[in-house]
Amino acid sequence: MIVGTKIPRKEGLQKVTGAARYVDDIVFPDMLHGVTVRSTAPRGKIKAIHFAPSIRWNEFTVITAKDIPGKNYVALITYDQPFLADTVINHPEEPVVLLAHHDKHVLEEARRAVTIEVEALPPVLTIEESLAKTQIVWGQDNSPHENIFKEYTVVKGDVAAAFARQDVSLFEAEYATGAQEQLYIENNGMIATYSAQDGVTVWGSMQCPYYVHKGLLPLFALGDDKVRVIQTETGGGFGGKEEYPTLLAGHAALLAMKAGKPVKMIYDRQEDMAATTKRHPSKTRVKSAVTKDGDLVGLDIDFVIDGGAYNTLSPVVLSRGTIHSAGPYHTPNVRVHSRAVATNSPPHGAFRGFGAPQSIFALERHLDEVARKMALDPVALRKRNFIRQGETTATSQTIREPVDLAAVLDKALAAADYDAKKKRFLAMNPSSVVKRGIGFATFMHGAGFTGSGEKTLASVVGVEALANGHVRVLAASTEIGQGTNTVFAQIVSDTLALPYDMIDVAQPDTRDVPNSGPTVASRTCMVVGKLVQSAAIGLEQTLVNAGDYKHGAGADAFAAACAKYIAKHGSLKCYSQYQQPANVEWDDKKYQGDAYATYAWAAYVAEVSVDMATYEIRCDDFVAAQEIGRVVHPVLAEGQIEGGVAQGIGYAIYEKVVWKEGRMANGQMTNYIMPTSADAPPIRVLFDEQPSPHGPFGAKGIGELPMDGPAPAILNAIAMALDVSPRAIPFLPEDLMALVKK
Amino acid sequence: MRANVSKYELVTPASLADALKLCAGGHKPFAGGTDLMVLFESGKLPPGRYVSLWGLSELRGITADDAHITLGALTTYSDVRVNAVIAKEHPNLCAAAKETGALAIQNRGTLGGNIANASPAADSPPALLVAGAEIELRSLAGTRWVAYDGFHTGYKQTLMQAGELITRVRIPRASDRVSYYRKVGTRKAQAISKVCVAASAKVKAGVLSDLRIALGSVGPVPLRCKHTEAVLVTRVIDAQAIKEARDAVQKDIAPIDDIRSTREYRLTVAQNLVAELALRFVAS
Repeated sequence: MIVGTKIPRKEGLQKVTGAARYVDDIVFPDMLHGVTVRSTAPRGKIKAIHFAPSIRWNEFTVITAKDIPGKNYVALITYDQPFLADTVINHPEEPVVLLAHHDKHVLEEARRAVTIEVEALPPVLTIEESLAKTQIVWGQDNSPHENIFKEYTVVKGDVAAAFARQDVSLFEAEYATGAQEQLYIENNGMIATYSAQDGVTVWGSMQCPYYVHKGLLPLFALGDDKVRVIQTETGGGFGGKEEYPTLLAGHAALLAMKAGKPVKMIYDRQEDMAATTKRHPSKTRVKSAVTKDGDLVGLDIDFVIDGGAYNTLSPVVLSRGTIHSAGPYHTPNVRVHSRAVATNSPPHGAFRGFGAPQSIFALERHLDEVARKMALDPVALRKRNFIRQGETTATSQTIREPVDLAAVLDKALAAADYDAKKKRFLAMNPSSVVKRGIGFATFMHGAGFTGSGEKTLASVVGVEALANGHVRVLAASTEIGQGTNTVFAQIVSDTLALPYDMIDVAQPDTRDVPNSGPTVASRTCMVVGKLVQSAAIGLEQTLVNAGDYKHGAGADAFAAACAKYIAKHGSLKCYSQYQQPANVEWDDKKYQGDAYATYAWAAYVAEVSVDMATYEIRCDDFVAAQEIGRVVHPVLAEGQIEGGVAQGIGYAIYEKVVWKEGRMANGQMTNYIMPTSADAPPIRVLFDEQPSPHGPFGAKGIGELPMDGPAPAILNAIAMALDVSPRAIPFLPEDLMALVKK
Repeated sequence: MRANVSKYELVTPASLADALKLCAGGHKPFAGGTDLMVLFESGKLPPGRYVSLWGLSELRGITADDAHITLGALTTYSDVRVNAVIAKEHPNLCAAAKETGALAIQNRGTLGGNIANASPAADSPPALLVAGAEIELRSLAGTRWVAYDGFHTGYKQTLMQAGELITRVRIPRASDRVSYYRKVGTRKAQAISKVCVAASAKVKAGVLSDLRIALGSVGPVPLRCKHTEAVLVTRVIDAQAIKEARDAVQKDIAPIDDIRSTREYRLTVAQNLVAELALRFVAS
């Protein structure tokens, strides 16, 4: 078995030797560089565009909305976001003019020489302003839905009755989370070419080639076969390259079409941080009803996220956040009301966790506060309410697979030496300038698209055998650093009993690979991996049916059978398409049913110290225990968890987007504080494996999971250390000072 | 990169004399580049003529005589970090060098550049103020020594005249002093300070004398806290002394809100750290 072993990653050698080619490494003859000129006001009307006479504009390719050959919208869930603002400005980084020139230094001067004259309108900059409808900035139709992109209500049981019970205590508090920048190592970048014969071709850094493909079709009013999208080696995504690359690809392609030359657009860090998507800020009001023994009998949650200026993926982010807001608890009565609202900041978008880290932060902080107020042990309170096999989630989904989150929590607490440390810290803190705390969070994360998403996607994967017996996986699922190539090869290798070296993964290119769906939602290994496996089985079956091969006959026999088949039929490919398992059911109207095919379950423990002279907060130790089904590749899996925990530590106590008039004011790595290795604690990663029938060899989704737990665990540790109730992240020394000085 | 490279000229002179001639003609000095390259990258470095000082060996090296330790203006943080004499007599300066940027920055960033860049948030100025540093300024017109205390005349402004270069920094030899340096950054490393404190004093029987406290990031320039120093010397450091020192800090500094922190935080932490250093000194 290759699955379960730490075999070297497929593209590892090219990456460590520098041979891997990222989009900015690629150069075409006669290629131009492109840049974007953006609005400066958060909201208004474009009155004029001024081109300073100091620049020889005839040397430049210049594009405005008027040059768009097809539709001026980014085709996503709705068609509200323009590729280029024409008359209306809805956020301060809105692209208005595109410029291309062969010399990128001259180009930068030209960019500074364009002025967008905007008649400013009053903007809406916060969730509160949007809900109060101080201005209507989206969906003006005199309906209650003005400023609201999407709204959900989830109801299970009878919340009002639960809250009216005589034997319960009621709790209520509001929690907030901030925006967060993905900070992939490689900034967004694209190269585009255009010819009348071939249409538009783009190469670039992205997670979802078919999203880009879908977005470019209406922009150019071209047929499917006249738009081709190729993913180049990609230096991280974290959701930041899910929907945004469509916009950049469109820009590069518009310039390439007009210039008649290839155009490369690479954002620098400053532009990438300012203009591209970030995690949705959120506000969550949690009300709970708890019996004196600690039974969580009612949860009433109001969850609001700031979607920014356009709808983009906010409805789906909201959906995941809504479903995860009630946590891994069997609560008989739940009501969740959620809204995604419009503001005049750049659209917030996909980011690892996709709404879940926001609402999980609120609930896990809340339960710690409940335990403290009721003088209950926070461990006992969680354990008492954990969902067990056969019980139901907030959407009334029955958990059919075995689950033992209490065991996962026990394992994490034991590894962290939780009980002894808590006791020691409580004894030492009163006499120490440095206060220590330990806290934890328990949570689940659904793998794959939410609700009917996978059914709608109906993803397709192919495998192709070559005459030498090598097998290539054909999928649009991208390797973005997380290990797609490696796990796909492992899955095929074990399925076909062939050596790992005989398995390759094709470069995602919409001309050559089928649409296996976007590389998002912790779905690639589990959902797409399962399709890879079934396509591989189909391919082998073809050879077996031809009478030339039997399973396990070895590489040589396989190669001989492939050669014979291909000589006769020309090629050997097999495809597999997603079919919703018969027992998975989802009701989109009532928001009830099987929200996800399966879940990963986790308990994270954080230890912190707080220096009361400077209010500096350090995370000193971290234990991340999770049940994720079969671990396909232990090193990649641990890497995912460690990386997610580090990103979660940043989310909790370092990374603050400073907003000024809807614009990021600290868009440099000097002032947007991502933790470095010096700030990262030892992270101990523990896996429980409960194989799931939904993934290949029992694997479940894992990519987003580690983003959910660190923030509440760390804030719970701070709460323990100082006997305070911090309710907002990022929680910086300035915030801590304000809280303790009160 | 947002700068238009063709709009910049960087000349490498053969000698300090040549560099001074270029400076007299309006070339602007360019040392390790750790500040200017950041501006260049973001398109904010004014286009024009620059003189690269990096190759001028006359401006390197650390020497000591009976009265002073003298550092060439191009002395890097890495040079300062490992200098045994400085480590013994002015450990604050080594601590500041260790806290600056990362190793690559420390290899390239220079003491003279750090002073000339005149950022109120720089890490070494508080240590230099406490050490009683003097700065040698040289131009074609001649050479002069000025006290570092008072060198910064306003935000990003200094006593340097057009055509002058910082050529050397000297600090008096010191002995029998206690030292305190603490940078409160936004993270453990690779951070710009939100508050930075350096101090040193003589201690005898729990009483402080010749106390010097300097702070960075709490005003338009790095500054000495002379009211605070006056409150804490030649008396018993008790709760009343600490309270008075906290009040004095408020007179000495002028912190502001910016994207890295708040006025309130800077003031409170400065006060807390002054209390911490006073108590630590008398306990030593």
